[in-house]
Amino acid sequence: MKDSNFIISLDHISKRFGDKQVLNDVNLHVKKGEFITILGPSGCGKTTLLRILAGFVTPDEGTVEIGGEQMNSIPPYKRPVNTVFQRYALFPHLNVYDNVAFGLKLNKVPEQEIEQRVRKALKMVNMTDYEWRDVESLSGGQQQRVAIARALINSPEVLLLDEPLSALDHKMRKDMQVELKEIHEKLGVTFLYVTHDQEEALTLSDTIVVMNDGVIQQAGSPIDIYNEPVNAFVADFIGESNIVNGTMICDRRVNFLGHDFDCVDEGFGENKPVDVVIRPEDIYVMDAPNKAAMFEGTVQSCVFQGVHYEITVITDEGYEVMIQDYNPFEAGKKVAMVIKPQDIQVMRKERTCNTFEGTLVDETHVEMLGIEFECLPQALYQGEKVDVLVDVDFDKVDLLDDIDNAELVGDVRFILYKGDHYYLTVMTEDRDNVYVATNDVWDERDLVGIRILPEDLRIRKAEK
Amino acid sequence: MGKIKQFFGRRSSWSIPYLIFMLIFVVLPLVLVVLYAFRDPQGNFTFENVRTFINERESVNTLIYSIGIALITTFICIILGYPAAYILSNAKFNSSSIMVALFLIPMFINVLMRTLATVALFGFMKVPLGQATLIFGMVYNYLPFMILPIYTVLQKLDKSYIEAAQDLGASNVKVFTKVTLPLSMPGVVSGIMMVFMPTISTFAIAELLTMNNIKLFGTVIQENINNGMWNYGALLSLIMLILIVVTNLFNDEKDEDSAAGGLV
Repeated sequence: MKDSNFIISLDHISKRFGDKQVLNDVNLHVKKGEFITILGPSGCGKTTLLRILAGFVTPDEGTVEIGGEQMNSIPPYKRPVNTVFQRYALFPHLNVYDNVAFGLKLNKVPEQEIEQRVRKALKMVNMTDYEWRDVESLSGGQQQRVAIARALINSPEVLLLDEPLSALDHKMRKDMQVELKEIHEKLGVTFLYVTHDQEEALTLSDTIVVMNDGVIQQAGSPIDIYNEPVNAFVADFIGESNIVNGTMICDRRVNFLGHDFDCVDEGFGENKPVDVVIRPEDIYVMDAPNKAAMFEGTVQSCVFQGVHYEITVITDEGYEVMIQDYNPFEAGKKVAMVIKPQDIQVMRKERTCNTFEGTLVDETHVEMLGIEFECLPQALYQGEKVDVLVDVDFDKVDLLDDIDNAELVGDVRFILYKGDHYYLTVMTEDRDNVYVATNDVWDERDLVGIRILPEDLRIRKAEK
Repeated sequence: MGKIKQFFGRRSSWSIPYLIFMLIFVVLPLVLVVLYAFRDPQGNFTFENVRTFINERESVNTLIYSIGIALITTFICIILGYPAAYILSNAKFNSSSIMVALFLIPMFINVLMRTLATVALFGFMKVPLGQATLIFGMVYNYLPFMILPIYTVLQKLDKSYIEAAQDLGASNVKVFTKVTLPLSMPGVVSGIMMVFMPTISTFAIAELLTMNNIKLFGTVIQENINNGMWNYGALLSLIMLILIVVTNLFNDEKDEDSAAGGLV
């Protein structure tokens, strides 16, 4: 028996384009009538996921089910879904009426019914009286409305929206968000919305699915995602946040920014390294000295942002924290800060060091990441090549400007500021990820040389 | 000096050489054609040439016959050229531009040489020269002019229109008839212009491929001019010009985008 609660079921979906893994074992279940948003940076695989649902892309692995039926080999035109395209894709040779009526005419719906339904659909998107207009004479927002009417008129079970508002200006986008939400509530159709705009996702969705590198990072309600991000990527992508390294001392007690804090998290074990997220609006700032102060610092900058001030503070221990407050604090001023236990979000560290698969080719050389590294003499080597795992601490990877003389080159993919250092993800030319902790400032897409000194390679035998 | 600098600095000044060229080689001949068409050999104004054209059934018949041949040629070019352009533009069938080049290379060779070669080929194959060989030669010569504009339009066609149509429930056949074909019409119209107009006025291909047995309108004009009947020849040219202008106007009204679908 199929679970009829789920209108969309994606199981173990994987897709490669050439040597790029776009989707990696994605599982997604969507309830009927839900407004679900797939959120992620460009190139994270979200559009590919939508195109798999629409039928334009066939997954390499996994099953696609819509409305309880297997859809893998069903062509797009037979699927009970309709799409609103990023660039609307209205047919330029047809007027508004014929564009909206396109799907109905194909299904040989009687002329009279077509007219009724087209009028109803256009009324729903506030485009009455535009029937006979040329689509190219419409503004972006109007074209968008026609595109929505054209997709909804076929009464699809799922409406797929591929960054539909990205081509509109800010104000228009806000208005359309409200209207989309209204349409969704009125029709009760399942909406699957793809966007890179976290604000849009937070406003519109019942459920947000955050994706990165073809993998679902977290799925949950907007409030859950905002307040309890599962990892540093989600915390960084949704809203602004301070992300710092910390140590879980014991249950409900965590050390970060050089101080011990009470928190509400449990079950991480004792003395375990963790990531700690504090939203800028959750740090309370007061004039120093103050008895309630948990830690103190000096204001470095204070910028008015419309509603609040964004204040950068360097703590006495040398960490940089970002704070949002309704009151201004002059630069150079000593301030005291307080964080409530429930505002501290502790996350398990995904990894504490790099682990690479490699091969010991002789006593002092290990092959990994596509090149040979020199290492200290290894007892593991007994005259034959051995498969090994190599651990390298994040701060032991050196990044070099000079890429011409570097044996291994990569580009910076993801940057996270952790209060006193940067945490980078560098992708090598062979598409391996190297995680680096550094004090140097790099930009995304920078090409860097990667160097690891022999004494920093910790080599152990690979488990079978 | 300052004035000269100012003169050359203005962008509109740069167009002067072209204007002069146009005046001498385009406007003046057109005026001369019109003047000659309404004069007798002595230079007096007359409608005699028009009267001759209408009364002498031969010229009118040749004109109608030429238009018929041009229509057939254009039609065959569309039938052959559209599928060719469709295949060339479709990445599924053709991933390189080599095929496109193969279709275009014959255009680099002079029409007369190609036609002479065709005549030789027919002679070798013992095919009697006549109307069929004439149409073959015309299609062969003008097919690239049909393929290229259609190919350009199809290649530029936004694939999202096709996906949108599929998404709305159109099968592959419906996608073609409801979206691809209508959206590629500017290319087809350009192709028709590029093929139909030159085929009305062609004479060399007709002469060579029918051993001068079949006369086209272009041939008649050429004969009159060659035989010193300048005034009558001018009138026939004028009639053809009007025909071309009329088809052109029809083209402009039909679609303003056809310029985009023209030759690369």
